[in-house]
Amino acid sequence: MTAQVEIRNVSKVYERGNQKLEVLHSIDLDVEQQDFIALMGPSGSGKTTLLNLIGGLDSPTAGTLTVSGQRIDNLGESALARWRAATVGFIFQFYNLLPMLSAQKNVELPLLLTRLSAAQRRRNAAIALELVGLSDRASHKPTELSGGQQQRVAIARAIVSDPALLVCDEPTGDLDRHSAEEVLTLLQQLNRQHGKTIIMVTHDPKAAEYASHVVHLDKGTLVEQVERQA
Amino acid sequence: MKYLHLIWAALFRRKTRTVFTLLSVLAAFLLFGMLDAVRTAFTAPPSAAGVSRLFVGSRVSIIQSLPQSLLPQIQALPGVDEVTYANWFGGYYQDPKNVNVMFQIAIGPQYLDMHPEFVLPPAQRKAFDETRAGAVIGDTAARALGIKVGDRIPIRGSIFTNKDSGETTWTFDIVGIFKAAEEKQRGFENQLLFRWDYFDEGRAFGEGTVGWYIVRVSDPGESEKVAAAIDALSANSDHETSSQTEQAANLAFMKQIGDIGLIVGAIMAAVFFTLILLTGNTMAQAVRERIPELAVLKTLGFTNRSVLGLVLAESVLLVVLGGAIGLALAQVMLPGLNAASGGRVNFPPIGASTWLLGLALMVGIGLVVGVLPALRGMRLRIVDALAGR
Ligand SMILES: Nc1ncnc2c1ncn2[C@@H]1O[C@H](COP(=O)(O)OP(=O)(O)OP(=O)(O)O)[C@@H](O)[C@H]1O
Ligand SMILES: [Mg+2]
Repeated sequence: MTAQVEIRNVSKVYERGNQKLEVLHSIDLDVEQQDFIALMGPSGSGKTTLLNLIGGLDSPTAGTLTVSGQRIDNLGESALARWRAATVGFIFQFYNLLPMLSAQKNVELPLLLTRLSAAQRRRNAAIALELVGLSDRASHKPTELSGGQQQRVAIARAIVSDPALLVCDEPTGDLDRHSAEEVLTLLQQLNRQHGKTIIMVTHDPKAAEYASHVVHLDKGTLVEQVERQA
Repeated sequence: MKYLHLIWAALFRRKTRTVFTLLSVLAAFLLFGMLDAVRTAFTAPPSAAGVSRLFVGSRVSIIQSLPQSLLPQIQALPGVDEVTYANWFGGYYQDPKNVNVMFQIAIGPQYLDMHPEFVLPPAQRKAFDETRAGAVIGDTAARALGIKVGDRIPIRGSIFTNKDSGETTWTFDIVGIFKAAEEKQRGFENQLLFRWDYFDEGRAFGEGTVGWYIVRVSDPGESEKVAAAIDALSANSDHETSSQTEQAANLAFMKQIGDIGLIVGAIMAAVFFTLILLTGNTMAQAVRERIPELAVLKTLGFTNRSVLGLVLAESVLLVVLGGAIGLALAQVMLPGLNAASGGRVNFPPIGASTWLLGLALMVGIGLVVGVLPALRGMRLRIVDALAGR
């Protein structure tokens, strides 16, 4: 069985003027289907950079990236955009909901890029909101929701078009313990019951416990891979 | 269309700013509507009839009258097809304030035939011919003063005393309401025309004179020659005439007030230039604030091109929204302005061509204003924008 994510010899170099900064050094990593990976490491070690490469938000300087059987390191801008829409759900530390839109409309956003009718979009978004337990907040604007609720709306948005892969950058970094646990339980449920492959960046060892593997990154290099019995 | 709610939400993210911007767009297009009406009113091309009609007035002053004895002499000139005459009455209906709402003119027998631009139903025309005290009134004036066919109205004159009553008040039977043949001739509709015989036999002085003659020439190409021949009839008399085609008279008038089209164009260019700077600044600011949101849209799979389209659509919507309200406002305000001026100005209503030009300008300005912010949104790198770089 092929891995969901295959990272081979991936490097990322940022150039500022004539300064070159190699943030990732020849990374090799496989993530199996339906795996739940926690990506840990000190600040500045390149976690976000790696996650963005896996999610197709940026392209590597060298190496190959294959996600769900598709080489993405050499895709053009619009092909990559279409690929993201179909394959990946994103969850960020600061939720990144559109402030002017209701929870329902935020969740419907990814569906605008599909051929679904308005009624189907409404229905699918309602199902996603139901799954995260926020059906009763569908008409609320982000500012009318707590941080934990906003993050659950963001999760609903990430899963509404049913992607195989979820990438999460410190999804509980801005939440209190209780809300963080709710969000992590939800992610675990999506992984176990709905078969989503999840890659989650976190600083919090407690959060990492929800994952089945922990991957450590230090100064742009993978240091160890800890097997965890979940 | 499914993106409309997205564009709308983006537009009203900052309500106050958007409302102020909308107001300035609205004001600009209100002005555009008004000024275009001015331009249309002043640059309306002369009617076809205007080219073959000569206006024959006193050379000395337009208030100086001409002897009626000129009539057979003019008629006898070669190239003259038809002649009629008219006289200014200079009165008002009910209230001196109405003096400019409706002008009264006594007209000779052929006058209506020679002015096809006054459109009168045949039955009303017949009634006019059969009623000695009959008068026909323009639609605009009739509406403004609430006068209907069948009304018997008193007009208080300021010059002519009526022999029978010994007063300056004359009574007319309204037998018809005429309309201008074309929208741009609506200015003619502020007249009341009444019969020469009623006027001439009723007036206590001035018999045997007319205010001016209107001459139709059989060949418009000969009108200069005919005009010269008419003026020669009274050369060196105490009633010298000055003859011109109506078109020439119009052109001379327009030269006097300058090139209205150019002036209007210059004003509008200045207004739209300011509008572009102002709205452009608003859009730039709006997009700068929303960079992280645009990055989120891209993250979700919106392409660079769709982000470009969204921002352009937003700026076009902004200008079209404000502009359409402004132009609609001009449309409803113009008739009010005409009425409030008591007939002194008579702007034509805003027509389809003004709307088309206006809409083209709105879309054009929207695109110009949106292009830089849209390019910025299109070019933003997701990872940088998400990290706030
Ligand atoms: N666009 C960029 N241009 C230049 N340098 C960059 C850019 N993006 C990231 N970096 C640098 O790359 C390094 C890794 O950044 P990254 O955001 O991946 O770290 P991180 O592990 O996610 O850190 P944190 O835990 O603080 O989020 C940092 O030193 C950062 O300054
Ligand atoms: Mg990070």
